[in-house]
Amino acid sequence: MSWINLDAIWKIVVFGLLAGAGLPALFSIGLLALSRGPKTATAGADSDVVVGGNPAGIVAAAFCFLVVLAAVGWAVYEVYTIGHPAPK
Amino acid sequence: MLLDTAYPPEHPGGVGKDLVLVLVVVTALGFDFTNGFHDTGNAMATSIATKALSPRVAVGLSGILNLVGAFLSLSVAATIASGLVDTGLVTMTVVFAGLAGGIIWNLLTWLLGIPSSSSHALIGGVIGSTIAAAGGHAVQWHNLVAKVIIPAGLSPIIAALVAATGTWLLYRISRSMTAGARQHGFRIGQIGSASMVSLAHGTNDAQKTMGVITLALIVNGTVPSNATAPFWVVLSCALAISLGTYLGGWRVIRTLGKGLVEIESPQGMAAESASAAVILLSSSFGYSLSTTHVATGSIIGTGLGKKGAEVRWNVAGRMATAWLFTLPSAAIVGAGAEYLAHALGKTTGVIVDLIILIAIAAFIYIRSRATKVDHNNVNDEWTGSVAPSEPEPAAAA
Repeated sequence: MSWINLDAIWKIVVFGLLAGAGLPALFSIGLLALSRGPKTATAGADSDVVVGGNPAGIVAAAFCFLVVLAAVGWAVYEVYTIGHPAPK
Repeated sequence: MLLDTAYPPEHPGGVGKDLVLVLVVVTALGFDFTNGFHDTGNAMATSIATKALSPRVAVGLSGILNLVGAFLSLSVAATIASGLVDTGLVTMTVVFAGLAGGIIWNLLTWLLGIPSSSSHALIGGVIGSTIAAAGGHAVQWHNLVAKVIIPAGLSPIIAALVAATGTWLLYRISRSMTAGARQHGFRIGQIGSASMVSLAHGTNDAQKTMGVITLALIVNGTVPSNATAPFWVVLSCALAISLGTYLGGWRVIRTLGKGLVEIESPQGMAAESASAAVILLSSSFGYSLSTTHVATGSIIGTGLGKKGAEVRWNVAGRMATAWLFTLPSAAIVGAGAEYLAHALGKTTGVIVDLIILIAIAAFIYIRSRATKVDHNNVNDEWTGSVAPSEPEPAAAA
């Protein structure tokens, strides 16, 4: 047995970046889309209003959030299936 | 269920034998409990620091998700002892002494507010007691380095890389949003990402205690050597870690949330996402990582990924030093407990060990009251010590 499992490490780094940095990035794209529109445009710089009220923005945001939720749900399902192997 | 199990002929039962098994199981659940409150911060420190969740709600949510997580996967349950020590040489007192080493190290680092690895404390304790009982040849040193020490060195670096990348991306994408909207939006996101870390912690850490109790049952002859964790073991471990998490290790939460880096909500979300991804991916490859090492690496990464953020390297250095000492220190305590138990005879020895363990735990708890950290002052300004605006605790007498 070797000291370092390079195959596992590069997979953890690549998938870690995709899931651990990519998914929150997608979430923030959703936030950005959500914040476009008249309500945030007229609000002050210190306003904490997130929803801008632009319909296209809301749809785009909903899409981003759904993809993030689906990815998380899939990950939890994967953990469950790995942890509960089907009886042979 | 525990006591009415018939022993195989080669393991004649007896009152002392049952008593030792019960004491080992109770001590293992005690370790699981310290594991819970020591590690609440790994999932929730950043959410508490950014006020995404109130401290009370955070520990409650984390406790529930740890409970769920403990049932989610059972894949690393066996890895804690098998492969690291020769399980054929493990006895009940070895398991007990190993747990004692893990518990004492966890309590001591909690008192000092240092987020150290509960996994390493447990592994160190078991290795120490095994060496004391059977000698150094009973330890599989290559596996210890390849499966525990090298991953422990690499995992914080990988977590930091992921968290730094995430932090950079989040600030870059959200730079045209108002500061208030950004803070508000990412606080909501943090609830999701922190929940994932709690879930990952439950799947990862509760299983280590399940593995130890199962090992004790195997050594005792209560279950066959190829047995998986019985349901009452899974349930009791899940409850113990969940209860510990709910109590909240406020001292460690404070160091992670306020001590290392001053954190804003996008950094909190980046840190938590990185931790959850690295922990879940690694467990799916069979590495039972220290969630503490990963979470700490992620938080440092968010400090590196944001322009102008300051990482308090002296705090990080203090933690890293504690990490280096975790395995050997827990091993020394484990070895001492094993020598003592062996010298006094199995049942008497375990009882005496347990009394000493409870006395030390009580002493550490009383000392912690002198510089109390709880949900009221966990977020106070960082002034260089665990307890806010209090003098550093004097050295233990």
